[in-house]
Amino acid sequence: MPESIKSIANALGDPRLYFLLTVGLLFSYYGFRKTLTKPAVFAGFMAGGVLFFFAGLSDHNFALIALKPDNVPIAFMLVLVAFFTWLSLRRAVINDELRKRGEPNLEEQVARQKVFTWPDLVFSELICLLVVGVILVVWSIYLKAPLEEPAAPAVSPNPAKAPWYFLGLQEMLVYFDPWLAGVVFPSLIIVGLQAIPYIDRNPKGNGYYTFEERPFAILTFQFGFIVLWVSLVILGTFLRGPNWAFFGPFEYWNPGKLEPLINVDLSELFWVYGLRQPLPDFWLIRELPGILLLLAYFGILPIVLAKTVFRRMYIEIGFARYQVMSQLFLFMALLPIKMLLRWAFNLKYLVHINEFFLNI
Amino acid sequence: MNKLLESIRTSQVWRSIFRHGPPVTTRNRTLAVLSNFFLHLHPVKLRRSGVRLSYTWCMGGVTFFLFFVEAITGLLLMFYYRPVAEFAYADIQALNAHVPLGIMREIHRWGAHAMVITVWLHMYRVFLTGSYKPPREFNWNVGVILLVLTLLLSFTGYLLPWDQLAIWAITVGSNMARATPILGHEGPFAGNLTWDGVQLVHAGNDARFALIAGRFVGEATLLRFYVLHCVGIPLAVAFLIAIHFWRVRKDGGISGPL
Repeated sequence: MPESIKSIANALGDPRLYFLLTVGLLFSYYGFRKTLTKPAVFAGFMAGGVLFFFAGLSDHNFALIALKPDNVPIAFMLVLVAFFTWLSLRRAVINDELRKRGEPNLEEQVARQKVFTWPDLVFSELICLLVVGVILVVWSIYLKAPLEEPAAPAVSPNPAKAPWYFLGLQEMLVYFDPWLAGVVFPSLIIVGLQAIPYIDRNPKGNGYYTFEERPFAILTFQFGFIVLWVSLVILGTFLRGPNWAFFGPFEYWNPGKLEPLINVDLSELFWVYGLRQPLPDFWLIRELPGILLLLAYFGILPIVLAKTVFRRMYIEIGFARYQVMSQLFLFMALLPIKMLLRWAFNLKYLVHINEFFLNI
Repeated sequence: MNKLLESIRTSQVWRSIFRHGPPVTTRNRTLAVLSNFFLHLHPVKLRRSGVRLSYTWCMGGVTFFLFFVEAITGLLLMFYYRPVAEFAYADIQALNAHVPLGIMREIHRWGAHAMVITVWLHMYRVFLTGSYKPPREFNWNVGVILLVLTLLLSFTGYLLPWDQLAIWAITVGSNMARATPILGHEGPFAGNLTWDGVQLVHAGNDARFALIAGRFVGEATLLRFYVLHCVGIPLAVAFLIAIHFWRVRKDGGISGPL
């Protein structure tokens, strides 16, 4: 693979560009869905991705990280998520077209027909089961389960990574303290998922693929699942090396690479840089700008949104549901907002109360 | 040949197991599903949209299958493995060295990775088809808990090889519990809870201590995670899977256009 492509890939892997690219990709995929979901276009993209992967394997550093046995399933996952995202959107586009023409959608066309469980369902289950079983056995024959050096509590590896499915949470540690990234946000993800059926009162799109009948629900979920979860798992697995520093896909994992941290708190930006005076001693006054900002974010912004962009939703789902929805939504949005603030202003904490270990 | 098959089919043993003729008629196809313990999870008939792979992706079924694979390979691995820091690593080395052509550990490990992925994709499909909407709200909730339990199954299993990857991944993962508000000794407000100047929540009694049974990932953690991995969580998962499947039927079968 030519060096120029490698250096472009290395540059695009930078967490800032990488994140903005994923967001852009997701929204443009939905924006231009009619063209981009055509099977030929999708096949072209996939072929390009696979070609890039295999061409990249000629590079030692790329092969080292991509062929690590525990990373192989994560590459599979990327392909599967891409495929199923395409498949669902493809069917959604067709269904939305059919609905506009007043015709029954793909699922409705066959829903009236009833089939016998034996043989129709039983056999397709059996085939799935056999295919998965065969894949698993072949995979296990060719790829040995790794076993590293025996456990040594005194020798910590660098980087020390959590299990791969938690790497999105570990990536959040760059932007938030552990109490948020490791405790509050995971709890809110679970609570938020459980709340979905009680918040979303839109009766449409039940039992068939559609985009236009529930765009907000689909885009919010996709943003959470694809951008904030899957893509951060990929970032944490393939692009984070020693000291959790960023490494491009073709870059050598040099343990000496350190990114200088010159981050400042909002209180410093406000008092020292803004008002040109020393930080107040009392924590409440010192952190007042950040506290007020967060209060406005969680307290006033929902009201503003209810009067503007979420007007129709507020009327449809009512006060209580809207409160839950908007708080969960704003918590989710806090991560990309904090990322942008970090990249733009080197912001470390919005609120930094060391007196209580309370940093946001 | 046909005569042989016919004599098997009419034998007392065969007829004691299968109480109906070959499933080629409507009556026998109905009986095939109704009179079979494993198949009676299914309805006799269902909408054609519910059997289309392009609709269901079969991800829930694959996850269930992988859970079975994990249970069986896990049981076999338990014959060779002792959850004691002294033996754990050596047992796995011995397993690799002494069992010819053994791939049980490989199937267990890759199957576990695959199960995490398929359970995510199952949730993805259920969301995209709006299948969490009434009357399936409760079953979506059961599914979310099953997803969390799948991650916990994988997390507890991660420690068992007792190699560097294992203990450091669990160390990094469980360090988060230190930062639980109030309940973790490095969490917000925990430092403010004092009695006569002594901190009430410390490394010896906080949330992380409860999770890993010690101040650091050690022997007690290994045993605790082993018990949770092999007994505790699988029991909870099996229980919830039963409810999940039962509710699929009670809520009107595989979702489809109303």
